[in-house]
Amino acid sequence: MASTTTSTFRRILPQLVILGCALMLNVLVFPDFFRIEFQNGRLFGNLIDVLNRGAPVALLSIGMTLVIATRGIDLSVGAVMAIAGATAASLVVEGHGWVTALLGALAVGAICGAWNGLLVAILRIQPIVATLVLMVAGRGIAQLITEGTILTFLNPGLIRLGAGTIMGVPTPIILWIVLGAFAAFAVRRTALGLLIESIGVNQASSRLAGINARVLLISVYLVSGLCAALAGVIVAADIKGADANNAGLWLELDAILAVVIGGNSLLGGRFSIVASLLGALIIQSVNSVILLSGMPPEFNLVIKALLILAILVIQSPKVGHAVYMLRAAGPKAFDTRPAPAARPQKEQS
Amino acid sequence: MNIKATLMASAVILSPVAALAADLTIGFSQIGSESGWRAAETTVTKQEAEKRGITLKFADAQQKQENQIKAIRSFIAQGVDAILIAPVVATGWDEVLEEAQDAEIPVVLLDRTVDAPDDLYLTAVTSDLVHEGKVAGEWLVSEMGDSDCRIVELQGTTGSSPAIDRKTGFEQGIDGHANLEIVRSQTGDFTRSQGKVVMESFLKAEGGDSICALYAHNDDMAVGAIQAIKEAGLKPGEDIKIVAIDAVPDAHLAIAQGEMNATIELTPNMAGPALDALEAYLADGTLPPKWIQTESKLFTASDDNQSIYEMKKDLGY
Repeated sequence: MASTTTSTFRRILPQLVILGCALMLNVLVFPDFFRIEFQNGRLFGNLIDVLNRGAPVALLSIGMTLVIATRGIDLSVGAVMAIAGATAASLVVEGHGWVTALLGALAVGAICGAWNGLLVAILRIQPIVATLVLMVAGRGIAQLITEGTILTFLNPGLIRLGAGTIMGVPTPIILWIVLGAFAAFAVRRTALGLLIESIGVNQASSRLAGINARVLLISVYLVSGLCAALAGVIVAADIKGADANNAGLWLELDAILAVVIGGNSLLGGRFSIVASLLGALIIQSVNSVILLSGMPPEFNLVIKALLILAILVIQSPKVGHAVYMLRAAGPKAFDTRPAPAARPQKEQS
Repeated sequence: MNIKATLMASAVILSPVAALAADLTIGFSQIGSESGWRAAETTVTKQEAEKRGITLKFADAQQKQENQIKAIRSFIAQGVDAILIAPVVATGWDEVLEEAQDAEIPVVLLDRTVDAPDDLYLTAVTSDLVHEGKVAGEWLVSEMGDSDCRIVELQGTTGSSPAIDRKTGFEQGIDGHANLEIVRSQTGDFTRSQGKVVMESFLKAEGGDSICALYAHNDDMAVGAIQAIKEAGLKPGEDIKIVAIDAVPDAHLAIAQGEMNATIELTPNMAGPALDALEAYLADGTLPPKWIQTESKLFTASDDNQSIYEMKKDLGY
């Protein structure tokens, strides 16, 4: 147990360091960044905003990590968010309760995920193409549900999921932390994670080894759809309306970026959900720097690109190797120089 | 015999009216329905045509210029009396406009203009985006008087012409009033959710108490910002004055509830002035000016926003 904890810590150490740097950048542009107050019955502060606004990408990155671990990719999550938000909104507008709306939205997300899974696992269409179908069509489906307008609602239960609080903590923060912890626990305290990784490394040999690759593949896309649906409900609840045109727009790319910043390979195999969640927080911290800096909006994308580039360069294998070599050539190496001379003697005796 | 005489008599009496309106057939090539405003424009255009007894042939181009050109060619082939176009892009219209001119069918541009010689179309009916921003700025100047005011601005999508023009116009409107100062300006991408997110950061970065007014380039961002202001424990409309542009139904509702102070209308009724100009031109050849500017009407709490909301919400916004 202790050893797994240390190995997890070592795995996510680079992400923690980068997150720390990103947060320090925030303090640099806005010294009061870490101040958190209890105001109007809720926690109020920039750090809370980062955790709260990072919720949609964090939720998406949970599902995306699993999909990418199987050497897949899910481009449809942004569109699924729009569909789920539209479903939830139209259900409460028709007079159903918020529980029905949430379950309805999750069911729709599950159907979308299962559809992707079927295309990938049964029809063996390449994941990027298979999920592109729903990415393009999904937003149209969402617009059909809302009839092209922003479908506003006043159901307090549904609104609480996005804009409300539980004991002063904004609900989205609790949702993504609980779901993230549950997912990380489910894949690491059972063999599930290992099985998913094995599909990503070599699907054919996994199947020969007796792993039901098809069912697992459909399941990971289904989980991704469920995560996207929950994110979509949160985003709609936050603005008390389902905006089919804009909800979740381009968020699939942020989710993939979160997984990559989390140090997970797009070629599948070993993965860490916790690291992806940290990746989502890093992205949101970068967004926060841009908003707090007060720079003209023309610089937004350039700043974001430069910061992300810096993060990816630091994480790249070449730089990692160079750092390793530098450490090896550091003062420690000089101290241990006599060792090689000593070692052969030992071997001889 | 009697019946025949009556029929002939009524035909003589009705004929001038009929010749003016009922005989007109007008083709309308709409961009698509990408926004609520666009849907409202379509609805209003159909209503305006019906009011005048004009037969409207409607074609939805689904955001594609090639579809619009096809629609215009089919209107020409059908021999319509006039054509309305809401052009999806500015370039590439010369050829099809010349075809319309050869067929002696007048063309009126709605909502946007094109890069073509202006003798190829009768007139263009558009709003003045700079003017809209200026009206918003002038409203805030008259509202604040001599008291100091720190303004935050939610811009539209960076680089889009509404964002550039509405920013320029607002700056013109508050120019020369040193007590008004824009302290923060950031893009909210014209969406509710970004409007809310960016307003949250404004409230923290500046402190809610030191912000006196919010200017948003569209109502959707203002509606998002209102929620952020409420969650910060402040009263939108009182603690922070809010002025935005578009006058969508939800903005009227917010003003009616006292959570917003003013909105400037981007009217969806571009067809009204266009059809007026066309009817005058077709009746006796009156040439309208090359540019008909629609009114940028200011709505504040003194208007009956509740009933405007009821009226507008069914237009398809």
